[in-house]
Amino acid sequence: MNYAAGVDVGSTQTKAVVIDGAGHIVGRSLIATGANVVLAAGDAFSAALEEAGLAEADVGFVIGTGYGRYKVEFGDAQITEIVCHARGAAQMFPDTQTVLDMGGQDTKAIRIAPGGDVLDFCMNDKCAAGTGRFLQSAAAALEIDLSDLGPTALRGTRPVTISTTCTVFAESEVLSWLARGKKLEDILLGVHKSIASRSFGLLKRVGIESEITFSGGVTRNKAMVEVLNEMVGGKMNVSEESHFMGALGAALFALERIGSGANTASPDAAATSADAGAAKGAAA
Amino acid sequence: MRYTAGIDIGSTHTKAAIVDESGNLAGTGITATGFQLEKAARDTFDQALRAAGLERDAVAYVATTGYGRNLISFRDVQATDLTAQSWGTRSLFPDTRTVLDVGGQTVKAMRLDERGRVRSFRLNDKCAAGTGAFLEKTGHYLGIPIEQIGPLVEESSGAVPISGVCAVFAESEVINHVSQGEAPADIIHGAMISLIERSVRLMKRVQMEPEFTLVGGIMRFPTMVRVMRESLGDGVNVPPEHIVQFTGAVGAAILGGRRLAKLEASGAALAGT
Repeated sequence: MNYAAGVDVGSTQTKAVVIDGAGHIVGRSLIATGANVVLAAGDAFSAALEEAGLAEADVGFVIGTGYGRYKVEFGDAQITEIVCHARGAAQMFPDTQTVLDMGGQDTKAIRIAPGGDVLDFCMNDKCAAGTGRFLQSAAAALEIDLSDLGPTALRGTRPVTISTTCTVFAESEVLSWLARGKKLEDILLGVHKSIASRSFGLLKRVGIESEITFSGGVTRNKAMVEVLNEMVGGKMNVSEESHFMGALGAALFALERIGSGANTASPDAAATSADAGAAKGAAA
Repeated sequence: MRYTAGIDIGSTHTKAAIVDESGNLAGTGITATGFQLEKAARDTFDQALRAAGLERDAVAYVATTGYGRNLISFRDVQATDLTAQSWGTRSLFPDTRTVLDVGGQTVKAMRLDERGRVRSFRLNDKCAAGTGAFLEKTGHYLGIPIEQIGPLVEESSGAVPISGVCAVFAESEVINHVSQGEAPADIIHGAMISLIERSVRLMKRVQMEPEFTLVGGIMRFPTMVRVMRESLGDGVNVPPEHIVQFTGAVGAAILGGRRLAKLEASGAALAGT
């Protein structure tokens, strides 16, 4: 049987997905990327194989994606994460027209055609504001666990206004709100709103067309989902597996390569056009 | 002798300076600003009084500057950062035309005319890249406290390029460099160069012209000053190490003295004396 795999090496976490010939996920894994990116890619792939009960030889094609895609040494090809997230989103939610991918160090808004082709995108890649890093910094400053951020923020009723843009300065702003006696949940709700409003700005730049699908690691944060839903005035598509959308997209492309038998095709062809658009899409 | 005090409540540090009637520095004090601005202002003022060997009554007038200048209850007057820096830097270097002030969370460039009036001004307080926080963060990723950055970077044999786009994203760059065996001194050196490039861009936007006066705590680092001199050419002034962080406070104190003299000349009643 022909299995395919996608390994999404993100700045913060590495995700691997193994799919069967019908495109269904049979194994998945999620690990911290850490300093050794090559190792992370291998470990994530092994863990996904283990969950699927498969051996490496069962997988006919592996595609690497994410910022560390060239560190997937066992990968047969590489594709940018923008293209992969679009494809994964179209697979999970076929009526997706806009994708918001919020990761550890960057946030991307992508407008896609039916089937998952990328029409336009823009991203926040020069500045950590509006990314998952902003949440990490707030959690570190307030000394609470990252996974407690969302649930705590959901209890907030009167969000503070976070006025600083920079993640570095936000750390001290968050502490100053605490020093002024604001409640933790109201500060955190303010932090979530601040990030969401920057993402909303990105979405507006590509044009918001529903359905909107939310992907990336921050999808697990329910407060962010709620705040964003309120901002877009609807309900974004989110699933338990939203975190794996990029890896799933990569695996689907890998499956196509098996089907077409085209092992020699230009591996980063899709990536090149997407990378060329990055300059235009970059948000300072 | 009558004295005046200037207190510069900055985003990261609060600095106080006491000067005599001729503008000579009598004493300084510095502390982390924290969240209680009034306390920080009082603490530094007390430090400066002790350093000058003066009682509170000897100080006839207190002028505040910096972002917290309007929040200090015991002030007699407040001055903007720009005005205070103009007076502070020109008291040391009268021919100053361009001032670069690199603070912990802000960078300011301003151009002055021959009478010290501010002609043009640019500020970065939106982004930590380009401010002292960038170096602090880079040091933090390397496990190096801020006070060790200066001595360490002197050991550098060459800078490792650091993009300097975002102080947060610099972390992965730093980690990559460390894993490739680059020396921490060379990485910090690279961060300094990228910080300087951003500073010089800000100075260009105010149409900088010599003489240049560079202030802020970061200018205590010899490497920082050396690279700045390399990029700016001739006409670079840097105040002595014990004053370089205090030019805003000194300027405020001098302004306070001038205002007090004016008030006395016009026979107005004096508050706080």
